[in-house]
Amino acid sequence: MKELTTLTIDNRKIQAEKGATILRVARDNGIEIPTLCYNEALEPYGACRLCVVEIIRDGRSRLVASCLYPIEEGLIVKTASERVIANRKMLVELLLARCSREKAIQDLARKLGVEKTPFRAEYLEHNRCILCALCVRTCQEVVGVSAISLVNRGVEKEVAPPFLETAKACIGCGSCVYICPTQCIEMEDIGDTRIIHNWKVEFKLKKCKVCGNYFAPEAQLEYIRKKWNLPEDFFDVCPNCR
Amino acid sequence: MSRLQSPQELEALRKTIIGRRHPDQPCITICNGTGCHAYKSEKVISAFSEEIERRGLGAKVDMKVTGCHGFCERGPIVVIYPSKVFYQRVAPEDIPDIVSQTVLDNKMVDKLLYVDPFSGEKFLYEDEVPFYKRQQRLIFGNNGRIDPTSINDYLAIGGYAALSKALTKMSPQQIIKEIKQSGLRGRGGGGFPTGVKWESCRKAKGETKYVICNCDEGDPGAYMDRSLMEGNPHSVLEGMTIGAYAIGSNRGYVYVRNEYPLAVKNVTIAIKQAEEYGLLGENILGTGFDFRVTVNRGGGAFVCGESTALMASLEGRVGEPRAKYVHTVEKGLWNQPSNLNNVETWANVPLIILKGADWYNKIGTEGSKGTKIFSLVGKVNNTGLVEVPMGITLREIIYDIGGGIRGGKRFKAVQTGGPSGGFLPESLTDLPVDFDELTKAGSMMGSGGMIVMDENTCMIDMAKYFLTFLEEESCGKCLPCREGIKRMREILADITRGEGRDEDINLLKRLSVTLIDTSLCALGGTAPNPILTSLRYFKDEYEAHIKEKRCPAGVCKELISYFIIEDKCPGCGLCVKACPQEAITFVAKKKPVILDQTKCIKCGACYDICKLGAVGVR
Repeated sequence: MKELTTLTIDNRKIQAEKGATILRVARDNGIEIPTLCYNEALEPYGACRLCVVEIIRDGRSRLVASCLYPIEEGLIVKTASERVIANRKMLVELLLARCSREKAIQDLARKLGVEKTPFRAEYLEHNRCILCALCVRTCQEVVGVSAISLVNRGVEKEVAPPFLETAKACIGCGSCVYICPTQCIEMEDIGDTRIIHNWKVEFKLKKCKVCGNYFAPEAQLEYIRKKWNLPEDFFDVCPNCR
Repeated sequence: MSRLQSPQELEALRKTIIGRRHPDQPCITICNGTGCHAYKSEKVISAFSEEIERRGLGAKVDMKVTGCHGFCERGPIVVIYPSKVFYQRVAPEDIPDIVSQTVLDNKMVDKLLYVDPFSGEKFLYEDEVPFYKRQQRLIFGNNGRIDPTSINDYLAIGGYAALSKALTKMSPQQIIKEIKQSGLRGRGGGGFPTGVKWESCRKAKGETKYVICNCDEGDPGAYMDRSLMEGNPHSVLEGMTIGAYAIGSNRGYVYVRNEYPLAVKNVTIAIKQAEEYGLLGENILGTGFDFRVTVNRGGGAFVCGESTALMASLEGRVGEPRAKYVHTVEKGLWNQPSNLNNVETWANVPLIILKGADWYNKIGTEGSKGTKIFSLVGKVNNTGLVEVPMGITLREIIYDIGGGIRGGKRFKAVQTGGPSGGFLPESLTDLPVDFDELTKAGSMMGSGGMIVMDENTCMIDMAKYFLTFLEEESCGKCLPCREGIKRMREILADITRGEGRDEDINLLKRLSVTLIDTSLCALGGTAPNPILTSLRYFKDEYEAHIKEKRCPAGVCKELISYFIIEDKCPGCGLCVKACPQEAITFVAKKKPVILDQTKCIKCGACYDICKLGAVGVR
């Protein structure tokens, strides 16, 4: 039997599995906490800080990143206290200043009641990447190739292939593209070629023997085939025709 | 040298080493710490060697090259034992005089003695010099007595006796109890009780436990850990080994930044020597306890001084912090229980074990025990490293030890705790310096940086300087630190340019709250301190900059202009030569010069060079 922990989130007494994070438990119980760098398929990272909640322990209150904080017996959690909201607003304002033209960020800001950023217009930036590192972590933890990583420090930080050259380990799967919340990784399939511009890579696409459509990069199929020890002709036919 | 097999063998060796020495014979100690090294102490060292050789004094005079003595302002420093004659600003050409007069004839070389700039009083001996007199150099004082590359020197002053006592006469639990009772708190900045940390690490479950020494000191102007590691590495290693035994660890790392080449070198030598003597490695002193230490060089990122970032870096990953909701004593290096302490903390351990918690406990204040080494720098007369009991006032440090403010100017503020510490104003000079009092005043102990500022310092400009440093050193992982510090720096820059808006103060306050509340690690969490303390103690300066477009300290270029005070100017032309813009025109002798405002770039060269006060700033 699983060990249970009892805690209070937004005045609701909740029982949950010991060791689970506040975010997990809150979401399982229909309590919404905004996140940007969190994805269930990945290890929590704790970088965007949007998921901060107020916890009260031994009579003392502080803010913690709910995606990382493991629940404790008797813990009191407030996901939308005045303090949480004020901080979350500032975080979104900072994000808006970094990515002032990004629709996904503007939508999120509006949802949290932020119309504009308080920082001066002349300093606003038009970055597309929010440095949530979802792409880097997906490539490492889910795909398992670590073709890209975060380089540099502070405001200079960016996602990049090694030495800013071609991402040699990339298999062209496009997972980074699909997971990016601001669609800032540019990928296109032209005829028999897939190009991911950000990582300076090009891949030949595999043609289905039945329908004749190009369905996936050969490098990716080869990677999967080897990983799962599949027969050589396994990917001759696309999933639709199989 | 065969490895020592028992505490008795260690004591026998110590006796032999001491027996071979001649305590009454003159011993010339020359500081070759980083400060004196910069003053070309190497040349002084070779001059002494040559002079001793030339006069054939090798058998009658000892010479020792030591680590930092602390009084860096006056380097190169030479102290001659046994009477401890103190010579400062020694040049190679002074050496024949020192040898012929002091070493051979017991006379003083007058011009090398320290003269108090205020009283004019001359001091002959090290212990009498005011800079040292008010200090309590329990940890740092040994630097001057040993050659850091000689384990025999360390043994001669009682080194490794604490380790011997700990391993043979104390249980790990007793050691932890002793450290807890001593009240020792982490010297790296956090001030966490060391004994409690050790106990948690001992209790934590894990296959391998790690002991780590944090020598990634990166604060601008701070160099106490560096100097301790350079000058007395064995004291740190001895502390680590005692800690490892108490915690139940057999594996240690020294993480030292590669910009500290002498620290890297000396600790590496020390490890090798201790291993050869059987004081590190397998079966230490025949007790069956094993402890191996490796030196790991850091790449120089400020954030790697943060414990989780340091551990990530040790593992070979990017030095980025992670949340510490699960503490590193439970899951640290390679997810194993890990105990990290700072250089100075480790160096305190042998002393506590040897002299006992009750003795240690008597030094310091209620909540902060022992001494603390501060790096006293900035606009103070005696810059250097000072070790003082906790609870001493800022006034005593700055005036009695530091000799007051340079050039007779007025004290304005002192920044304690490094770039993310806070500014403390003149009204707080009687504040007792300890962990809790500094925190209450809005600053912090940090690792012990102390930057003194005079009346010509603009606090907003200063806050901007520290925020710029932090902006560059933020790892960039979490949003509030990465983006927030940058925005704070921009706002401060606007204010110093005279473009500040009324709402900026409120925005700075809001940003500060968010950085404190939501940052991933202490770098972001403490970054607002320079802003918050300058707002708390120097709010009028913000108002002058924002509302009146005026910089009261005369620093912010966009808000000031220089002018010639005509009745004071004798037309000497010094400023004319100093001006890089040819903005000042010579008229005639005894006629004031003319300054062309349209050409002036406000570099302040004329202001600095004029000793007659004929250049004004408004």
